[in-house]
Amino acid sequence: MYETPAVSPAPSLIEFRDVYKLYQMGDETVRAVDGVSFTIRKGEFAAIVGQSGSGKSTCMNIIGCLDIPTSGQYLLGGEDVGQMNDNQLAALRNRTLGFIFQQYNLIPKLNVLENVELPLLYGGVRTSERARRAQAALERAGLSSKLQTYPNQLSGGQQQRVSIARALAGDPSVILADEPTGALDSKTGREVLHFLEELHRQGNTIVLITHDNSIAAHAQRIIRLEDGKVIYDGPSGGKGSVVQADEESEGTA
Amino acid sequence: MNFLQCFRLALKAIWSSKIRSLLTMLGIIIGVSAVITIVGLGNGMELYMTEQFASLGTTTLTVNITGRGSSRSISDDEMYALVEENPAVLDAVTPTVSVMGSAKIGRDTLSSTVTGVGEDYLSIKGYTIAQGRGIQYTDILNRQKVCVIGSYVALEYFGGAAVGETIRISGSPYTVAGVLNEISDSTSESGSDNLILIPYTNAAKMSFMGSISSYTFTAVDEDSVTAAKTVVEDALYDFYEDDNAYSVIAMSEILDIMNDMIDIMVTILAGIAAISLVVGGVGIMNIMLVSVSERTREIGIRKSLGARQRDILFQFVIEAAVTSAIGGILGILFGYLFSSAASAVIVALLDTDMAVTPTAGSILMAFGISVAIGVVFGYLPARKAARLNPIDALHYD
Ligand SMILES: Nc1ncnc2c1ncn2[C@@H]1O[C@H](COP(=O)(O)OP(=O)(O)OP(=O)(O)O)[C@@H](O)[C@H]1O
Ligand SMILES: [Mg+2]
Repeated sequence: MYETPAVSPAPSLIEFRDVYKLYQMGDETVRAVDGVSFTIRKGEFAAIVGQSGSGKSTCMNIIGCLDIPTSGQYLLGGEDVGQMNDNQLAALRNRTLGFIFQQYNLIPKLNVLENVELPLLYGGVRTSERARRAQAALERAGLSSKLQTYPNQLSGGQQQRVSIARALAGDPSVILADEPTGALDSKTGREVLHFLEELHRQGNTIVLITHDNSIAAHAQRIIRLEDGKVIYDGPSGGKGSVVQADEESEGTA
Repeated sequence: MNFLQCFRLALKAIWSSKIRSLLTMLGIIIGVSAVITIVGLGNGMELYMTEQFASLGTTTLTVNITGRGSSRSISDDEMYALVEENPAVLDAVTPTVSVMGSAKIGRDTLSSTVTGVGEDYLSIKGYTIAQGRGIQYTDILNRQKVCVIGSYVALEYFGGAAVGETIRISGSPYTVAGVLNEISDSTSESGSDNLILIPYTNAAKMSFMGSISSYTFTAVDEDSVTAAKTVVEDALYDFYEDDNAYSVIAMSEILDIMNDMIDIMVTILAGIAAISLVVGGVGIMNIMLVSVSERTREIGIRKSLGARQRDILFQFVIEAAVTSAIGGILGILFGYLFSSAASAVIVALLDTDMAVTPTAGSILMAFGISVAIGVVFGYLPARKAARLNPIDALHYD
């Protein structure tokens, strides 16, 4: 059932080793992530899919070093994140990860350029270098003409492209996108996805989190979660990559 | 993030909500301006006093004799002899006898103070003659009915040229022998230029006791004031053998005591005003807490982009400190404004040239304290912000 991805053996970037994330709700334990293991290599475009409550965001938080697992190991670029302190996690987020959020999460008081410069600011990049790199990232996102504009003067699609530029500016190892099209209409959503595909072609590693199969189909590889467990891990076109198809095939079989 | 970036960020945050920032600063503005005005008022009072006392002479000793329990009073000759015997510390002496009787010109009754003085009075006081001459030794010896008048009296009653004119004092006609130069620069009825000086021998005869109850000595310089005081006190004690029979007061001591009193008063008032600085600090803390929860999402975003706890802490502490410092600067400006307004009011109401003078020290301290208040009261909200969980912060709305 598992097919080897058609990628030359690249170093593993994200590695989950039997990761659990448990929440204690009264006397009930919620198993948000329930023994998940997978490896994402450099240059992959993987989608983590699943229904609401399946544990996608929890996984994404762990991948994004915003949260640490209850048990199990998470290695990012070969380093065990579970052993790191707050400052190290912040540095890791700054250097290794680029976030793209459903709600764009731009800072309204800062203009487009300043927003994109933020990760570089926290990375201690010098002023001139910062402006140069932020402008380059905005150019890639096709927003060179909006440097001094404020987020609320932009359309949703444009705002999302700013947030992509922000994710790119720090030249991270992984781009993490959580429902990046969730707040966009289907046409703008497609544009954003095509942009992500293009970034993938340019060699970026992308992890896309979505509940929508048609969006997940843009990825090369799909990791499907259900109740905190991986129920499918394989190429996006593969058998079982789409829940509905799975259920239909089982139902008709 | 370095300091400059935090500073720019803070200015931006403050500028983006001007009204709120201004209200936040209000406590600090009021506190700082009050402290500066009060300290300035005290400082102005001290400067004014020092100036006034300097014109009275800081080397001056005032002797008052009550002569309690004594049948005989120390004589003026004995007092003069004291100066001659102690040339190392004492320079001069003059009796000063207040005359209660009225001074009249024709039918007009004068409001002037009439004082009987010795021939050294003018030099002791530093007064100078504009027209005619001063009171002389022979006037005193012969009880001449002559007087020297202040510039106010000369101008008001004689149109300036007063020498040779007559003033009736307690019924006796006195010839004006001389007119003094202006003593103070504000000439008014209540000012020090409204005075009449006559030989003390005449004044003593007019007085109730028939004796001289008050003398003014000068020490040779400011350093010998204490020694001079001892000399005079010893002589008086030898005479009366009771230290309740007289009092010797050094002007410099009075000045010191007055300045100490002003200092105490100013410290208490400034302390009370400083309470509003604390209230201002609490106001800053309150607004910073509101600001932190309003910007929870921003904090989450910053953390997801790699901001460390200390970056966030620094950002909010600096924002509080800058808010408070701007409040401090505005407070200093208002303090100056209030000070000059207060000076104008004092000049207008009390007719003195006292100026409320803010001190550089109080300004520096006010600024320092407001920055410190920002840091202290901003710390708690900033720490709250820094410790926010990034996931919760990101999903906050
Ligand atoms: N902080 C928390 N405390 C308690 N339970 C939590 C917490 N966060 C997540 N959970 C639970 O963990 C499970 C997985 O949640 P998660 O947010 O990862 O789902 P999801 O796949 O992202 O869903 P959605 O598509 O709706 O965003 C859910 O049952 C949720 O209730
Ligand atoms: Mg989710």
